[in-house]
Amino acid sequence: MREMIIIIISAVLINNIVLSQFLGICPFLGVSKRLSSAIGMGVAVIFVLTLSSLITWAVQIFVLDKLGIGYLQTIAFILVIAALVQFVEMVMKKNTPDLYNALGVYLPLITTNCAVLGVAIINIQESYTFMQTFANSLGNGIGFTLALILFAGIRERLEDADLPKSMSGLPIALITAALMSISFLGFTGLL
Amino acid sequence: MIYAVLSLAVLGAVFGIVLGVAEKKFAVEVDPRIEAIIAVLPGANCGGCAYPGCSGYAEAIVAGTAPLNGCAPGKEEAHQKIAMIMGVNAGAASNRKVAQLFCHGGSEKAVLNYEYEGVQDCHVAATMFKGPKACSFGCIGLGSCVQACSFGAMTMGPDQLPVIDYDLCTGCNACVNNCPQNVLNLVETNHLVHVRCSNKEKGKTAKEACSIACIKCKICEKNCPEGAITVITDAVGSLAVIDYEKCSNCGICVEKCPTKVIEKLLPLTACAQDQDITSSQKPAGCQQCGLCQ
Repeated sequence: MREMIIIIISAVLINNIVLSQFLGICPFLGVSKRLSSAIGMGVAVIFVLTLSSLITWAVQIFVLDKLGIGYLQTIAFILVIAALVQFVEMVMKKNTPDLYNALGVYLPLITTNCAVLGVAIINIQESYTFMQTFANSLGNGIGFTLALILFAGIRERLEDADLPKSMSGLPIALITAALMSISFLGFTGLL
Repeated sequence: MIYAVLSLAVLGAVFGIVLGVAEKKFAVEVDPRIEAIIAVLPGANCGGCAYPGCSGYAEAIVAGTAPLNGCAPGKEEAHQKIAMIMGVNAGAASNRKVAQLFCHGGSEKAVLNYEYEGVQDCHVAATMFKGPKACSFGCIGLGSCVQACSFGAMTMGPDQLPVIDYDLCTGCNACVNNCPQNVLNLVETNHLVHVRCSNKEKGKTAKEACSIACIKCKICEKNCPEGAITVITDAVGSLAVIDYEKCSNCGICVEKCPTKVIEKLLPLTACAQDQDITSSQKPAGCQQCGLCQ
């Protein structure tokens, strides 16, 4: 149990998927304009990331390793992730159409979000057990959501800020992201 | 090899079945009117209606937030069909709008400040002293509007000015939005007289830059019987502007203009006033242009 908590804290703060490992930058910049859609996107990513990591772990252990076809890892994982994203999209369209519209193209783009594939592969590389995989992927999902929500909060305020014209919009957002990344370095000695 | 193929096939089949079941279970009922409206729209996704593509416009119509006649490329036909789908009366036909170019300073007439050899795009050229022409208000002539047109209604003429085919122009606004100089505008087809200049500099400066410029002499203003054409002064400068609401297409200003910058077009449609010309009686507002005969 203690070990799982350590994995989660490490994934959320120390090895934050966006700010320390630089995976999943596209939705990080794309869906961070409004706090409400950032929260929705974060929850969708937590769901997809956790579920896909567990399924890819099972696929790796029970199919790829057993048959000795580990070289199919990437394509098999992408298959799992794409199917899951389709599934999430259908559920969202049915139950939360407003959130579905707010996320727009970024929802199907979770398929190509390197954070999802990245975490699935990291789990295998670290030879995690099933429960450790669950902890790590949940932690990474929470880490992604945390970074996204913090960033969206800052960007909402930046919109009202009096910036030089050449800096407003994406340039200042990129600088903000870099500063956030530096500040997350401060968590390095936490554990 | 055989394992690789089989395992991926099985995985794919399992996910396919799961998604197929989920599709049925989470099916969302889409308003059939949206599909029907998309079918009658042109499908060019030009964005002239200010909604994201034809499907976005169709959704907005069904949601009640968009006007039924918002699709310019679809013309009256689409408007009538959409009205039928929505079960409302289409109402009176409004005049079609087409793009008009408010600059006739082609390569023969306009003086060049420098030779431009950069990227062949008006927006790029506009970043350098508003284009190579001495007139900083005029058409740059690199054809960004021609590229923006989805309907093939624009071509570059021999004098490096775009030529608009009024029959093909759907009034979608794409060229107007894509012109860095704002020399294009949508005008209803029943307006035939246009001032073909956008230069707001003083008469002498304008004339030096282009032989067909508006020189702000106010002769048109003095001679207009309707008071429709006036030289309007704003923060940038002044320019002869036609109030299309008042203009009666008489063409007196065309005769009087010393630089011949005002142009009267032939009627763009079979009847300039969009009147019913099948009856033998001349309708009100007939200008006896004779085109209907």
